[in-house]
Amino acid sequence: MTSALLEKRKSVGRREFLKTSAAVTGGLCIAAYVPELGAGARELAAAGPGIFAPNAFVRIAPDDTVTVIVNHSEMGQGVYTSLPMLLNEELEADWSRIKVEAAPVDPSYNHTIYGVQMTGGSSTTPSEWERFRKMGAMARIMLTEAAATKWNVPPESCHVAKGFVIHAESNKKASYGSLSEAASQLKPPPNIPLKDPRKFTLIGKPARRLDTPSKINGSAQFGLDVKLPGMRFAVVARPPVFGGKVSKVDSADTLKIAGVRSVEQIPAGVAVIADRYWAAKLGRDRLKIKWEDGENAGLSTTKMTEEFSKTSAAPGTVARKNGDPQGALSSAAKTITAEYDVPYLAHAMMEPLNCVVDLRADSCELWTGTQFETVDRAAAAKVAGLPPEKVKINTTLLGGGFGRRANPASDFIVEAVHVAKVAKAPVKVVWTREDDLAGGWYRPKWHDRFVAGLDAEGNPVAWTHTIVGQSIMAGTAFEPLMVKNGVDSTSVEGAADILYGIPNLQVDLHTPKIGVPVQWWRSVGHSHTGFSVEAFLDEVAHAGKKDPYDLRRKLLAKEPRMLGVLNLAAEKAGWGKPLPKGVGRGIATHFSFETYVAQVIEASVEKNGNVKVHRVVCAVDCGRVINPDIVKAQMEGGIIFGLTAALKTEITLENGRVKQKNFHDYQMLRMFESPVIEVHIVPSDVSPTGVGEPSVPPVAPALTNAIFAATGKRVRSLPIRSADLAESNEVKS
Amino acid sequence: MTSFTLNGKSVSVDDDPSTPLLWVIRDSLGLTGTKFGCGMALCGACTVHLDGIAIRSCVAPLSRVSGKHVTTIEGLSADNSHPVQRAWIEIDVPQCGYCQSGQIMSAAVLLKDKPKPTDEDIDQAMSGNICRCGTYQRIRRAIHRAAEISAGAGHSYEKVAQ
Repeated sequence: MTSALLEKRKSVGRREFLKTSAAVTGGLCIAAYVPELGAGARELAAAGPGIFAPNAFVRIAPDDTVTVIVNHSEMGQGVYTSLPMLLNEELEADWSRIKVEAAPVDPSYNHTIYGVQMTGGSSTTPSEWERFRKMGAMARIMLTEAAATKWNVPPESCHVAKGFVIHAESNKKASYGSLSEAASQLKPPPNIPLKDPRKFTLIGKPARRLDTPSKINGSAQFGLDVKLPGMRFAVVARPPVFGGKVSKVDSADTLKIAGVRSVEQIPAGVAVIADRYWAAKLGRDRLKIKWEDGENAGLSTTKMTEEFSKTSAAPGTVARKNGDPQGALSSAAKTITAEYDVPYLAHAMMEPLNCVVDLRADSCELWTGTQFETVDRAAAAKVAGLPPEKVKINTTLLGGGFGRRANPASDFIVEAVHVAKVAKAPVKVVWTREDDLAGGWYRPKWHDRFVAGLDAEGNPVAWTHTIVGQSIMAGTAFEPLMVKNGVDSTSVEGAADILYGIPNLQVDLHTPKIGVPVQWWRSVGHSHTGFSVEAFLDEVAHAGKKDPYDLRRKLLAKEPRMLGVLNLAAEKAGWGKPLPKGVGRGIATHFSFETYVAQVIEASVEKNGNVKVHRVVCAVDCGRVINPDIVKAQMEGGIIFGLTAALKTEITLENGRVKQKNFHDYQMLRMFESPVIEVHIVPSDVSPTGVGEPSVPPVAPALTNAIFAATGKRVRSLPIRSADLAESNEVKS
Repeated sequence: MTSFTLNGKSVSVDDDPSTPLLWVIRDSLGLTGTKFGCGMALCGACTVHLDGIAIRSCVAPLSRVSGKHVTTIEGLSADNSHPVQRAWIEIDVPQCGYCQSGQIMSAAVLLKDKPKPTDEDIDQAMSGNICRCGTYQRIRRAIHRAAEISAGAGHSYEKVAQ
């Protein structure tokens, strides 16, 4: 039932996503042919005579350099290594000669599932798993044909190894580079068979990341590092209340600063344009602006928490219903109720947002770390008054993304093009950390109310889950696809599709409209449902006097892959074995981005309420693994990301103003708080699934469940507050 | 004009002496390996060495470095051969990589001061550097590994850095 539901959502999703993206991009992304193989596509990869570029993704030069053109943004998740691995599994060039280049914006580079050029949804490997291998195989077949023709032997009698075509019989050998000119004259083969996975030599191996050397000596180029001749810098003053407008600007003090060129009003606020960043920043700080706050001036997150709770008392729009939940609740031997809250969260990538724009009369060129090329190009073109083909985007390395750099309104791109229009010179718009934290586009604030019914043996027989929170899709071009019958599927993901076998179940949704811009944030809806569902299930287990691991095992009896990671995590963590005094163990599972994750966390609470996380054991089943070390790194990173959300961060508003300013009041987990993390990967030969996000959702519940085990105190609101856990505070549950 | 030594070379700049060193290095001198993350000495992305001590260049005014020696990530080694860089490659520490210049500069000073750091030493020296990608466990491992490399290869920080 569950997988059928997922299948349906996926198939409908893909078709309609293509329709939606056509609306976003003016139909440019829909090509009737396989675009990466077209003549135009080959021109995209080729960079000169004698260069062999059989398709849009690979280029081989006479000096044996192999350049892989990667159409997904590198933001730490390792795609500048994993995608070349896929391609080279079939090409079999010398791995040490592989170079990586970011793809330009072109339909040839569209995501194979989503139909636009983008990076997100933990979907790069699923999108490219087949295509990159085919592109590599195509090149190998053509190089082999070129060699065979030269030697006048049948291609079948040749083989390849480490960048050479070899004819063993006659002891002949030619490097790929020496064959590039001849291969470039050949037609692509009609059929491209792929290797039997049992013969993989690169896929599944912990190959070193290709981007590491440039990231340890300062040479890696992020958007913030781009410099153009004659480039100016701009820092923008944005309204302190979302939707506010400039009423009056006094720029006298700003214009006194050496290096400040001008102060300009743009739709987003007031831009200070200067010769250097520091002059622009000082100038921005000295502006005296009178703002009209508008209708959001009264927003308060404290009030929202109360209102959300009240709203959740009545059921919302039904997202899923099985059996007769109300009937089962009224006949249950025992019922329990709980409410959970999580706050707005900022992505807080280490590299603050930035964008370089060179706007000319008939062209516009951008340099930026983006996850959303097709959408950004269309948005930039609209502001520039140019057709999208006249807009070029150079995707740089991203200093973190976590979703923020795939903005549905292309906010930082649109703003930068507006600045370029008034700067009348190439310009780099730089956001400060304060701008980033106050700039909106947060993970929504959520409230989750549960009621569970237990039978006489303590087994859950009924489960209702009412969710309250803003829709991230409403008002975007993706709304027609993602919001059905009043339910944004991302609001209920991880809740409406839970894998636990509970016979009577209802998940419903209230979607308040609030003037705080919200967006996807690493693991999206799963970032709240993972916490609330898994923490409440722990409550259910304790209410039914069952071990939380045993109850999950029982409820997952028909879900072999989830059961597999659950058992693996429990075994590796030594579930049930004694722990030092004061240390508790918590367990959680979560299914997201088609990947199964289970985690066990060991934690203790100091007298003052400070939480110490000692150890995190993570088991993951993400199908076939391309690079196990990168999968491990993503699990490790997602766990730290999840711990920061569980222990540290919240964006709060008072009088419509965001209270958090910088890393002193929006704190990140640091080295001294970082636990030991052990990652165990379930071997699998099914198609690969997501790894960038799925380790985030189980972290918070595994931790709060561990805190309960250690202290008997139930945490139902994030971030965890040490004051609530201090010994002086009485037991709440 | 303010003069100082940057990665072994004398430089002179006419930026206002109150300008943070970070922006002098990045925008006036064109070395972009040193990163901007917070502007308040809270994240460590801008860490450089001032006469061998790790400082946050985003809050250090240019006037503070007059006549002194500044080393940035670009000056750590010419060929990625500093033990910290070698360990970072071996363990594939970076994810997005943005904070890693600062992490490496902090780690290099730690190892100069304490050639065989304990986990507590690492907690002390590295907790001023934030990594949003969450590479802390690998940073810890790589620092221990760099200590081994230094011991084995007989490297000293000074030899590599100058």
